[in-house]
Amino acid sequence: MSRTQSTNENGTETMSVREAIREGLREEMQADEMVMLYGQDEESGESFEVTDGLYEEFGQRRVRNTPISEAAQVGGAVGAAATGLRPVVEVSFSDFIGVCFDQLMNQAGKTRYMFGGESRVPVVMRATEGGGKSAAAQHSGTVHTLVAHLPGLKVVAPGTPAASKGLIKASIRSDDPVMFFENKTIYNERGPVPTDESYTVPLGEASVERVGEDVTVVATQRLLGEALSVADGLAGEASVEVIDPRTIYPLDTETILESVEKTGALVIADESPMSYGFHAEVMARVVEDGFFTLDAPPQRVGVPDTPIPFAPDLEGEVLPDAPDVERAVKRVL
Amino acid sequence: MAQIDFNEPRERTEALRRMMLIREFEDAVGDRFADGEIPGFVHLSQGQEGVAVGAVGALTEDDYVTSTHRAHGHSLAKGLDPDRLLAELYGKETGYCDGKGGSMHVASLEVGMLGAQPIVGASVPLGTGAAITAQYTDADWMSLTFLGDGAVAEGQVHEAFNLAATWELPVVFVIENNLYSEGMPFDDQHNIEDLADMAASYGVPGETVDGQDVETVNAAVSQARERALDGEGPTLVEAKTYRYRGHFEGDQEPYRTAEEVDEWRTERDPIDNYVDELLETGVLTEDDVADLERSVESELADAVEFARESETASKDVAFDDVFVEPAPEIAAHRERVARREPNWSVY
Ligand SMILES: Cc1ncc(C[n+]2csc(CCOP(=O)(O)OP(=O)(O)O)c2C)c(N)n1
Repeated sequence: MSRTQSTNENGTETMSVREAIREGLREEMQADEMVMLYGQDEESGESFEVTDGLYEEFGQRRVRNTPISEAAQVGGAVGAAATGLRPVVEVSFSDFIGVCFDQLMNQAGKTRYMFGGESRVPVVMRATEGGGKSAAAQHSGTVHTLVAHLPGLKVVAPGTPAASKGLIKASIRSDDPVMFFENKTIYNERGPVPTDESYTVPLGEASVERVGEDVTVVATQRLLGEALSVADGLAGEASVEVIDPRTIYPLDTETILESVEKTGALVIADESPMSYGFHAEVMARVVEDGFFTLDAPPQRVGVPDTPIPFAPDLEGEVLPDAPDVERAVKRVL
Repeated sequence: MAQIDFNEPRERTEALRRMMLIREFEDAVGDRFADGEIPGFVHLSQGQEGVAVGAVGALTEDDYVTSTHRAHGHSLAKGLDPDRLLAELYGKETGYCDGKGGSMHVASLEVGMLGAQPIVGASVPLGTGAAITAQYTDADWMSLTFLGDGAVAEGQVHEAFNLAATWELPVVFVIENNLYSEGMPFDDQHNIEDLADMAASYGVPGETVDGQDVETVNAAVSQARERALDGEGPTLVEAKTYRYRGHFEGDQEPYRTAEEVDEWRTERDPIDNYVDELLETGVLTEDDVADLERSVESELADAVEFARESETASKDVAFDDVFVEPAPEIAAHRERVARREPNWSVY
């Protein structure tokens, strides 16, 4: 764990998203003996180096490599969770969940319900998503909508280092199965993170990252940063409120509705494919319960329903970014 | 239920009683399903009682079992109460899962029944996961996972075998080879004769046994359990057996002949043969056997009465237990459902 960052008096430390997640994992492992991590290359922390150093610190009993077998990893974690452990299992690229989808959809998500509430499945499944690395279609997807659509699973997708730490801790402490999505292009993004070990971010609580009066932008993961830069760029011209929902399910509808009531305009920026997705859900909730607060038709910014291409120019073409957010904001002003 | 010590005559009787109880339960379910009292799908296990009682009879109450869509026998052998099990099949509030699981999803963690899993093969990673807990906590219990011969063709089964083998997890995999997967004969599904041979490719022991002999099954699983608890890892036990009923109730069974079923029933029935053995060895008299039969019959008659007379599960529970810490969405949707009004009427 690199602790080169400066700590200020308010008990925060500047760190990256990667370091924040690692720090959250570390604190929860220290606090609870039943927390164990496993996945492919987990001992070396090789996949995006998130778990780097934890093997050295906690040893092989608590940080373990698995064979390449996502269904056994996730299914094993569900079985372990139902019998008393609090496993955190890594599936590396979220595009790979296809091969363990049964365990995700039918076991992790339904076990407690089917058994009439008798079991608890306190499992956390970590995976990275997002494009921007020329990793092409099978290593760049954003699939959190897919998982959020499945009953019985909670879904987290933080956009800041502070949220990343607070949410990984809350996810581990949660008695429900949580799929924790990390956007791979923001691993190095830095920001202030509370160092207090009791700091957590409750699942289902959004954060107003920038207060504004004219338009609400609900932005996730990488697009949170893009939306904030748009808000900066438009300062003087328009006052943009930026909300990081932080959890995809449950979703903090109240915070979003309150914001739209104030601004009268809504843009949803998320790297999922646009059809039938996260954007549609946010829009549906605002329309259901806040239709008359809207002064303009809500807009969505996302991937135009294509897989993510390889060549950097093509990738840039399909991935939404700040100019897309800005155009959408201007349409609703 | 407690481990059965087959060296004790009284406990051999207990093994017989458990097999009879399962047979009686399955017969009752078949009849009540035919009467239209039990909804959904039911998959019965008459003919396979020797595997259920032999394998689970090797376990203590602390060991965990995961099972398949054909789970009544395993569940009863593990100690689930026939009344509540049947009530669950009826969808009653007294059932094990509040009427939300039914025949295919029965679980009772307090007796170590980690659940029936009708997604073919899915129970195998789950049972392996229970063994991760056992290993991690250095526990004195282990995990036993039942799977069918059909399940052995599923990918996730092999992932779990391999994980269990490489991590030397305390788990025993019991393959119930009843020679059919739905309507597909064994020979069409696999290119080997004995599924236990697969164990070699994971570097673990495998054994094929006669599933119609409760004591043979028990001996193999007991040994496998010892290995598991000694930290020596998983074992594959294949029990060759046969189901008398169709794949599901209502199955027309075009894939096999009545003669074939009859042959197994008359010559290789695990209960009849065990009765003969216990009579021959003087453990039981004909009267004892008749008493046992009467007692399980009356136990099941009571269970049917209990299930029939129990209240239907309350509609409220339909919204419960999705999560431990509820999601506000569900409460909001539930309110709308309760109002039975379109959403726009809130304005
Ligand atoms: C993944 C999956 N595929 C198909 C089915 C449909 N199905 C239910 S039971 C069954 C046969 C399973 O055969 P086997 O494992 O031999 O168990 P048996 O029925 O003989 O006890 C099938 C194909 C299913 N439930 N799940």
